Amino acid sequence: MADAILSLQGVNKSFGPIDVLHDINLEIKAGEVLCLLGDNGAGKSTVIRLLSGVHKPSSGQILMDGKPLSFSSPRDAADHGIATVHQFGGTFPLMSIGRSFFVGREPTRWVGPFKVYDRKTANEIAVKAVQNFGITRIDDGDRLVGGLSGGERQALAIARAVHFGARVLILDEPTAALGVKQATHVLRIVNEAKRRGLAVIFITHQVMHAMAVGDHFAVLIRGAIASDFKKGEKTREEITDLMAGGASMATLEAEIESNMASHDA
Amino acid sequence: MSSSSSFSFGSLMRRPETGSFLGLAAVFLFFTAFGGVNFASPTGAASWLNVAAQLGIVAIPIGLLMIAGELDISIGSIIPAGSMTCAIISGHFDLPIVFGVGAALLLGAVIGLINGLLVIRTAVPSFIVTLGTLFAVAGMTLGFSVLVTGTTSVAIKVPEAKWLLGDFIGGIYQVTIFWWIAAILFWGFFLHFSRFGNWIFAMGGDKVSARNAGIPTDRVTIMLFVCSGMSAAFVGLSQAILYNSAQVSAGQSYIFNSIISVVVGGVLLTGGYGSVFGIVLGTLTFAVVSQGIYFTGFDANWASLIIGVLLLGAVLMNNTFRKMALSYAPKKGAK
Repeated sequence: MADAILSLQGVNKSFGPIDVLHDINLEIKAGEVLCLLGDNGAGKSTVIRLLSGVHKPSSGQILMDGKPLSFSSPRDAADHGIATVHQFGGTFPLMSIGRSFFVGREPTRWVGPFKVYDRKTANEIAVKAVQNFGITRIDDGDRLVGGLSGGERQALAIARAVHFGARVLILDEPTAALGVKQATHVLRIVNEAKRRGLAVIFITHQVMHAMAVGDHFAVLIRGAIASDFKKGEKTREEITDLMAGGASMATLEAEIESNMASHDA
Repeated sequence: MSSSSSFSFGSLMRRPETGSFLGLAAVFLFFTAFGGVNFASPTGAASWLNVAAQLGIVAIPIGLLMIAGELDISIGSIIPAGSMTCAIISGHFDLPIVFGVGAALLLGAVIGLINGLLVIRTAVPSFIVTLGTLFAVAGMTLGFSVLVTGTTSVAIKVPEAKWLLGDFIGGIYQVTIFWWIAAILFWGFFLHFSRFGNWIFAMGGDKVSARNAGIPTDRVTIMLFVCSGMSAAFVGLSQAILYNSAQVSAGQSYIFNSIISVVVGGVLLTGGYGSVFGIVLGTLTFAVVSQGIYFTGFDANWASLIIGVLLLGAVLMNNTFRKMALSYAPKKGAK
């Protein structure tokens, strides 16, 4: 399709004799959330690493705006507008919000003959960027990142990526370590990023979270795409089954539920 | 150091150097009480300022390396190596002092470069790498000195350079104090006001994320090792010029003393947190304790006990202050 920002075509990846990914075809459009689902070890992380420039495909190609390209480094991918946010935000706990936000791209101003880090501007921009994502509790750019909650750190990292011109946002298990309320926060931020026209790749194994924000779903099983469908085409149970690789999970769930019901009674 | 417009006690408590400031105040009061007027007199102050200045010049780059998540203990050999290089060239061979100083600094830079390259290329922890160079350089210094001069102690007489590098001002204050002040200003600006400082903090916080954010982590690491090597060589050569002689073994005590100064100064051992001002306070604290003991009636052997207790106390206190900094959140409505 013409309007896909990023797509993988027939991508294979192997590490030595071990094949990790087989014939992956995926595409992601602006203003769309692609949920990449799969059990641990299914190859989700490898897909992210290919997209964020850590690894290169063994065969097949990555296309951006329809043109094939190859990322030489994570920095190269970032320069192309692909930002990856990891589970803990990839931020620096003992740095201030302003400093952490601008790491590697510090704003400076001249004071006499000296080029000085512009703390005030950095703090202002960082706080504003985070508040635009609905995190109004952050109002002091001098606060240390380590003092923020998990959800706030994710918000900071996402706001940072958006501020520096990301077009594709890869979120690696952003809700895995969070409580229910924090996770809702992050999901709201994902929706906000989507509303701003970013393409979001959301990696998770929590089906509920995926269904809350996803437009397009891909389920990975043992390195291959087992299913690729749009929002509303499958129920939660069906997706859970797919991820577990069969009907066993649904049966197990039903058993547990009936057990619980009988205990509650 | 903070350019914050609003001053508050709370924000003061959250700075990395608060603990070290309290520590310094405590030992200063202690030794003023037990050491009497002599301790705080100009002569008394000179005794600990001189110690602090020599130690401080190496402690700051060591501290920056620690903030960046690395360690350099090879300075213990670079100091005597710088000393001997300068003395052999300008003392034994009687060449102009410029060559002696230049060669010593170059030697420090080269050893730092080797440290840095080994650390980034091999991914061996910098403690081990610099432990290796510590011994290698110590051996080379001894070997070459005996080979070239036949002794392990070389005299150097350079009256033309003493005023700049190794003299006493007013008969008591070493010129190194001014070099130390220059170093404080330079590194203070570098770490806290230039963008490179931000890179160093980020590297100590999370090296992979820092690299992904576009920071040239390898170049910064090498640069820091080169600076610590050159600073150590500088201290070595200034000692040689000050005392008119150089010995092969005169630097091992700096290894632990600089680490103590840096840690007492509030730098986190695992990196990512600290300040130049804190390191300066830590260095002063160390110098006050190690020299202050001579002004008291106590046996000087007790100084190490105080330093040991102080180190543990400082680490615990710094942990507390860091937790306060982390858990700090402005209250609703408060500005």
